[in-house]
Amino acid sequence: MTRDSERHRQFSRRTAVLAGGQALLFAALGGRLYYLQSVQAERYVTLAEDNRINLRMIAPPRGRILDRRGRLLASNLQDYRVLLVAEQTSDVELTLGSLNQIVPISETDLRRVLKETRQKRKFVPVTVAENLSWEDVAHVEVNAIDLPGISVEEGMSREYPQGESLVHVVGYVAPVAERDVKDDPLLDLPGFRIGKAGVERAYDKILRGTGGRSEVEVNAIGRVIRELDRKEGKPGADLTLALDLDLQHYATERLGDQVGAVVLMDVESGEILALVSTPGYDPGAFSRGLAPEEWRALIENPHSPLTNKAVSGQYAPGSTFKPAVALAALERGTIKPRDGVTCYGRLRMGGNTFHCWRRGGHGTVDLRHALALSCDVYFYEIARRTGIDPISEMANRLGLGVQLGIDLPAERRGLMPTRAWKASALKKPWSKGETVICGIGQGYVLSTPLQLAVMTARIANGVWAVEPRLARRPAVPPGKTPGEQFGFRPLNINPEHLQVVREGMMAVVNSRMGTAQGAAIKKPGMRMAGKTGTSQVRRITRAERSKRVKRNEELPWELRDHALFIAYAPIEAPRYAIAVIVEHGGGGSKVAAPIARDILIAAQEIERRHASPLATQLEGQEDDEVARWVARLRNDGAL
Amino acid sequence: MRFSLQAHAAPTIWHKIGHVRWSLVALLCLLAAIGSVMLYSAADGALAPWAGRHALRFAVALGLMLVVALTDIRFWLRNAYALYLGVLLLLAVVEVSGTIGMGAQRWVDLGVINVQPSELMKLALVLALARYYHGLNPEQVRRPVMVLLPLVMVGVPTLLILKQPDLGTAVMLLAGGGAVIFAAGLSLWIVGLAMAAVMGALPVAWQFLHDYQRARLLTFLDPDRDPLGAGYHITQSKIALGSGGLFGKGYLHGTQSHLNFLPEKHTDFIFTMFAEEFGLVGTLTLLAVFAAVVGSCVAIALRARNQFSRLLAIGVTTTFFLYVFINLAMVMGLIPVVGVPLPLVSYGGTAMLGVMLGFGLVLSVHVHRDVQIGRHSWGD
Repeated sequence: MTRDSERHRQFSRRTAVLAGGQALLFAALGGRLYYLQSVQAERYVTLAEDNRINLRMIAPPRGRILDRRGRLLASNLQDYRVLLVAEQTSDVELTLGSLNQIVPISETDLRRVLKETRQKRKFVPVTVAENLSWEDVAHVEVNAIDLPGISVEEGMSREYPQGESLVHVVGYVAPVAERDVKDDPLLDLPGFRIGKAGVERAYDKILRGTGGRSEVEVNAIGRVIRELDRKEGKPGADLTLALDLDLQHYATERLGDQVGAVVLMDVESGEILALVSTPGYDPGAFSRGLAPEEWRALIENPHSPLTNKAVSGQYAPGSTFKPAVALAALERGTIKPRDGVTCYGRLRMGGNTFHCWRRGGHGTVDLRHALALSCDVYFYEIARRTGIDPISEMANRLGLGVQLGIDLPAERRGLMPTRAWKASALKKPWSKGETVICGIGQGYVLSTPLQLAVMTARIANGVWAVEPRLARRPAVPPGKTPGEQFGFRPLNINPEHLQVVREGMMAVVNSRMGTAQGAAIKKPGMRMAGKTGTSQVRRITRAERSKRVKRNEELPWELRDHALFIAYAPIEAPRYAIAVIVEHGGGGSKVAAPIARDILIAAQEIERRHASPLATQLEGQEDDEVARWVARLRNDGAL
Repeated sequence: MRFSLQAHAAPTIWHKIGHVRWSLVALLCLLAAIGSVMLYSAADGALAPWAGRHALRFAVALGLMLVVALTDIRFWLRNAYALYLGVLLLLAVVEVSGTIGMGAQRWVDLGVINVQPSELMKLALVLALARYYHGLNPEQVRRPVMVLLPLVMVGVPTLLILKQPDLGTAVMLLAGGGAVIFAAGLSLWIVGLAMAAVMGALPVAWQFLHDYQRARLLTFLDPDRDPLGAGYHITQSKIALGSGGLFGKGYLHGTQSHLNFLPEKHTDFIFTMFAEEFGLVGTLTLLAVFAAVVGSCVAIALRARNQFSRLLAIGVTTTFFLYVFINLAMVMGLIPVVGVPLPLVSYGGTAMLGVMLGFGLVLSVHVHRDVQIGRHSWGD
C-alpha cells in the first residue's frame, strides 16, 4: 500500500510536469492566434482582398485511337452542357420551365437542380443538362432573352464510332472512382474521365496528356471577372493500333451470335490484327453512367459480355495442345518422327482406360499422321513417355501458361501444371494418369485464345519467341529481322522438329485424312496449316460410354464442347497466325475451322490489295475502296 | 464525495452509468457538433457530403465509447498485451500486403466507419506500457535495463508506420509512449539521454525521409520558397486565419475558404475555416474547449487509485493533446505540414473512432476509479 502511494506521488509529480508542458503549449497556440488574428489581422485582411487570383486546371483533350490505316476507333466529341446561376434569375422554377420547352429536362433532373440551387450559394453554377448537341444549344442561345441565369459551357465527351465490335480492344473511359490512384491533379477535376478497360486503360497516361492552368481573377464574392493567364496543357498523344478495322469487323461478323473469341496476329512482328470477343457491350454506357438494371443485366448475362475472352478466358486447349506435346517429345527424344504407335481406340494404364475420340482406333500412326488424324492414343503414349514437366516447359516456351505482357489489362496466365505446382497448390503428388490426360490438352491444362495464337505464331515463325502487341510497332530498318528489332528471345527449338510438326498441321487441313479437310484454302499461295480442337466441358460416364456417347446437338448449350482451331497461312512463307474458339460450339473442325479459314483469306486478300500499285494510287479513298471490296467478295461467296 | 465504488461490492450497470463523467461526454459532443456545423459550411451550406455523415459516425463512435467505458478496467489490464500483439500483427499484415498486392487497403472496413491499424496502435501501445509499468515496483522502474522492453514496444510499431510512410502517426506513437514511460517514473538522467539521442538522430532521419516530406520541411522553414506549390497551403492558411480578425466574417461567409483558396478545408484545415468565420473570439473558445477536455482527463488520471489506470489515462490524454497540438500548430504555420486531423472536428472516420475509443478507456478509468489492483494479484 505504501508502495502504491509512493508510486502515486511520483506519478502526480511527473503528470504535473506533463500537464504543465501541455498548458504552456496551448498558451503558445493562443498567443499565436492572438498574433495572427489581432496584431496582424489588418495585414491579412488586405492580403485576403488581394487574394483574387484563383488557379484552375484545364483538362487537355484526350488522344485519339486509330487503327493501322488511320481510321478512328475512339475520338472526342464536342458537347455542351447548360448551367444555371440562381442569383441571375428572379424565379428559378419559371426559368427552368421555359428551358424545358426547348430542351426536355427529366423529372429527376428538375428535382436535383431545384435542390442544388437551394443548397449551394447563389452564384455557384448548377449543371442542368449534359451531353447536348450543337442544335439543342443553338435553340437555347436563340431564346437567351427568355432564359435569365442560363448559360452554356463547352465540354468534351468520348466517342466510339465502332461501338460493340471493338469494345474489348479499345475499352472505355469513365469518371474517376474513389479507389483509383490519384497521381495527377487532373483526376480531381469534376467530371474528368480516365481509361477503365482495354487500351484506353493500358495507355491511359499517354492518351491523357498533361493539364493546363488558368489563372482567373475573382471578385470578393468569387465571381470570375477575367482570365489573367493561361498555360495550355499538352494534349494527349494519339495512339495507333496494329489492328485492321476491316478484319476486326469481319471477324466479329463471322462469329455472329456465337459466344467466343478470335485472335489474329502477325507471325513476324507479333502485331495483333484482330482481337474479338463476343458478345460485346456498348462502350458509351459506362461513360454516361449505367442504370442499376443495365448493370445487373450485364453482369448476370451467362455469356459474360464484360469479359474479354481473348485474353481473360481460360479454356482447356483440347487437341490444339497436341503440337506442343509433339515438340516436347521430339526435343526430349522420347519419340522419332517416323516411330509408329498403334491405336486400338483406347489405352489402358494402371486400372484406368483412356479413350480415343475414334472408337475403332486409328491403327499404327506416326507423328504427322497422328496430328492430321488427331489420334488421342498416340498423344497419350508420347505424353506418358515424356512426362509432365518437359511438356509444361515446352508449353511455356511456346507462350502457354505464362504472362505474355500484351498491352491490355486483365491478361490471364492460364495454367500449365507441373509436379511442383500440384504439390504446392493441391498438396497432392502427381499421378501418371494426369500426364496422359494433359497429353490431349484436357485435365489441369488451361490456356487463353491469345496464348494459342502466340503458340501458333511461334511454331510458324520457327526462330523467335514472338510477343503479342496491340499498338503498332515501328517499321523494321532494312538488314534487320523483326525478331532482333523488337528484342524477342530466340525460340531455341530444333528447326527439323518444328518442320515435322508444321507438316502435320498442313496435313490436318490439306490431306484427305485431315480432321479439317473441309476447311482447306484452295487459292494458290494462300493455303493454311492448322489444328482442330474440341474441348470437353462435361465428364462422360462409363455408363454413357457403354451405350452411346451423346452427340452435342442432344445436349443443353452449356454442356456442349468448346470448338477450337489454330492455324497459320500462307504455308510457304507464314505471315498470319490465328486462334478461334467458339464456346459450346461443338466440334473444332465443323465450327471453328471455317471461321479461321475465312478470316485468313480476308487477311491475305487485304494484304494483296494494299501491296498492289493500284492501292497506293487510291490512298485517299482507301476506306471506301476496302469496304466496297469486302462487300464484293462477300457477294461472290468467297467469304 | 458522492458514491464510492468498492472493489468487492459488485456494482450494477446503473451504478456505473451514474459514475460516468458526463461533463466530459458533453464536451466531446460539443466538439463533434462544431465539426458538423463547419462541415456544413465547407460543403457550401449542405449536409451532404460531409456534415450528415460526420454526425452519424460520431453517434456510432459515442455508443462504442460508452461500451468501453462500462467495461471493467481489469478486463483491459488482463488483455493489454494480447490487444497490443493483435494490433501489431494487423499492422504488419497491412504493411506486408500493402507492399505486395496492388491497391491494398490500409484499413479494416466496419461498414460506416473504417479503422486503420495504426490508429488502434496508439491505444494498444498505451495499454501495453501501462500494464508493463503496473507490474514494476519503483526500484525496478529506475533500473536502466527495465526500459529496454518498453523501447522495443514503442520502436517496432513506430518503424512499421514510418515505412507506410506516415510521419504524423509515428511522431504521435513516439511521444505518446514516451509520456507513459516518463509518468511511470523513469530516471531523469535516462530522460535527458533520450532527448539528446533524438536530437542526434535528426540528421540521420533526414536521410530516410521521402522527397515530398523533405519539401514540406524546407517549405516550413521558408514558405516563400514556392508560394504556389508546397508553400501554398501554409501561406493560404495563414491568410484565411488572420483575415478572420476578432469576430470573424460570419458563418458561411468565409471568403478564402469558400473561394477554394484553402485546401483540404473539410479535413486537416477545418480549423482555418472556423477561424476565418468566427474570428479570435471563436478560436480561443474552441481552444478552451480542447483545454477543458485535456484538463478533465488529467484530473481523472490523478484521481485513479491504481497505477495501470493512471498511466492509461495520462497516455490517452497525451495522445489526444498531440492530435490537437500538431493540427493547430500546423495550420498556424508553427510546424511543418503533417497530415494530422483535428480530432472530432475534421471529417474522417478512422481518427474519430480511435479518439473515441481512447476516451472510452479514460471514462472506464473514472468509472472504476476506486478499484485497487495489486501489482501481481489482480483481485478478479
